[in-house]
Amino acid sequence: MSYLRESATFNRSVIAEIQRAADTGIYDIRGWGAKRPLPHFDDLLFLGASMSRYPLEGYRERCDTDVVLGDRHAKHPLHLDIPVTIAGMSFGALSGPAKEALGRGASAVGTSTTTGDGGMTGEERSQSKYLVYQYLPSRYGMNPDDLRKADAIEVVLGQGAKPGGGGMLLGQKISPRVAAMRTLPEGIDQRSACRHPDWTGPDDLTIKINELREITDWEKPIYVKVGATRTYYDVKLAVHAGADVVVVDGMQGGTAATQEVFIEHVGVPTLAAVPQAVQALQELGVHRRVQLIVSGGIRSGADVAKALALGADAVAIGTAALIALGDNHPRYSAEYEKLGSAAGFFDDFQDGTDPAGISTQDPELASRFDPVEGGRRLANYLRVLTMEAQTIARACGKSHVCHLEPEDLVAVTIEAAAMARVPLAGTDWIPGHDVR
Amino acid sequence: METLVALDLATTELREVNAALHAPGLSGDFVITHPDGAHNVAVGLNADIRLTIDGHVGYYAAGMNQLAHVTINGNAGTGVAENMMSGTVWVKGSASQSAGATAHGGLLVIEGKAAARCGISMKGVDIVVGGDVGHMSAFMAQAGRLVVRGDAGEALGDSIYEAHIYVRGHVASLGADCIAKEMRAEHHAELESLLAAAGFDDNTADYTRYGSARSLYHFHVDNATAY
Repeated sequence: MSYLRESATFNRSVIAEIQRAADTGIYDIRGWGAKRPLPHFDDLLFLGASMSRYPLEGYRERCDTDVVLGDRHAKHPLHLDIPVTIAGMSFGALSGPAKEALGRGASAVGTSTTTGDGGMTGEERSQSKYLVYQYLPSRYGMNPDDLRKADAIEVVLGQGAKPGGGGMLLGQKISPRVAAMRTLPEGIDQRSACRHPDWTGPDDLTIKINELREITDWEKPIYVKVGATRTYYDVKLAVHAGADVVVVDGMQGGTAATQEVFIEHVGVPTLAAVPQAVQALQELGVHRRVQLIVSGGIRSGADVAKALALGADAVAIGTAALIALGDNHPRYSAEYEKLGSAAGFFDDFQDGTDPAGISTQDPELASRFDPVEGGRRLANYLRVLTMEAQTIARACGKSHVCHLEPEDLVAVTIEAAAMARVPLAGTDWIPGHDVR
Repeated sequence: METLVALDLATTELREVNAALHAPGLSGDFVITHPDGAHNVAVGLNADIRLTIDGHVGYYAAGMNQLAHVTINGNAGTGVAENMMSGTVWVKGSASQSAGATAHGGLLVIEGKAAARCGISMKGVDIVVGGDVGHMSAFMAQAGRLVVRGDAGEALGDSIYEAHIYVRGHVASLGADCIAKEMRAEHHAELESLLAAAGFDDNTADYTRYGSARSLYHFHVDNATAY
């Protein structure tokens, strides 16, 4: 038998995709975020205290975790108990019980959850102590009554999985309730706009943000969310437009349905975006006054701590929250395999066939998911993230997780050192920046 | 008899004017003087009041209106009555782009012309424009009715869903998936009632109806150029 040599350029997955494209004539659509390897928080390490820094006594000395978001203009800023929030995910993309569970889990630990492209449901409002209402280009279900019920408003310009792209929800998930909330015919493949219909550019956005403030009598914090691309400029313009909070979502951020080519080839890694955002805020003199929320690939308390150390005020989780609820759980292994996938690999959130009952509108599948149990699991996970971040912060001698700073970090790869702007471990070298 | 409440934007901050119009249990007649092109005038109203804005307004006048009947004695900037839910917004002059954007209900009358993207992403509102509308009007229009007594610019109704469009004059071009449709009896009746609500009595036979061919409702290889 002759030696089989696989092409690095045309490997089996590339060949399979060419064959799939030739068979169907339509691009591949899937959920999840970028799957390619990227420089990430894993490439950073903390310098725990020893002789030159004093650590705090674990379990005995306080290490606080609360964060105030949106206190620049709003009468009622959010005061969250932990710096980990739940990112925007729509009813439509997710089942009603899954949205309810996100609210339950977040509320149990004193943090916020966020609506998505498709309006606010009663279940998520009633179960969410703090609910951020997204204001998206599609304006599906946008309703001033819901605006007034929200605790904060997030103007969405883009998301990390598809900066520059509009929403997408395939017909399998446009159930009667989803269709009614979005004013769409049932069962169609929903196309939605990538640009807001009534403003273009930062000067218009200034007026738009003021409109939202006027409608809600200046009560609520206004966030501006961008997918990470030209982050330095986007953050500056968002602040100029009046954002109280800027949300930066890196390319590892998840989606319920986006073209594969978009997910993998547009945007920049979260690690590269955070220092750009922080630099923009610092140059404007508003770092910590306009809060920064970072999302896209946050999985552990270490990731939380690293994002905060680089200058974020809080993080948001989406994919990790779904996994905590039960997404990709081995208990559904046999069913994932029937769908041609496997537990740990399932990303067909667009199909509505989720065996875990989370990314579906099928009533039978959705009924498998217990929102109380899901909420409990999410709360557990959020507590672990928080305790892990506290563990690291105490080791670095910080009495608040937000006191972590870039000086506490080193990088283990040259790429991460350059992106995160912290020195390569064991050196004082920050590639592309002045030696410090 | 209720008295007319006057709010003067020359001497009162916009925030105070809007807050006064958000007061609980509001009713009666109101007038805003000296708007002088201000943005965000009378946004977020949620009471069955009659409000006259005596002059030109900037962006988003009467944005997200609920229940109120607002008359603008002048021209309106971008996004007049954007995301309106109910009530009436009546522009005596002309309107800039994105008039009635994403509005879910109510009636928007523009006696003059409307610029580009009139009725963009409309979700149930009725819009009657006395003159012409600009390009990309009714882009991705989901529901509701748009009546144009003059001409329509390029790419009318691009990527339209289920909204109904009636145009009396010339249409420069139709957008993707938007086609001319037969005017059946129910459409003549629908158009007649919309015109009447806006104070016009045109012959409905002079109008053409446009709507969705529904060929883009499912992703398909044959539609590749339209995505």
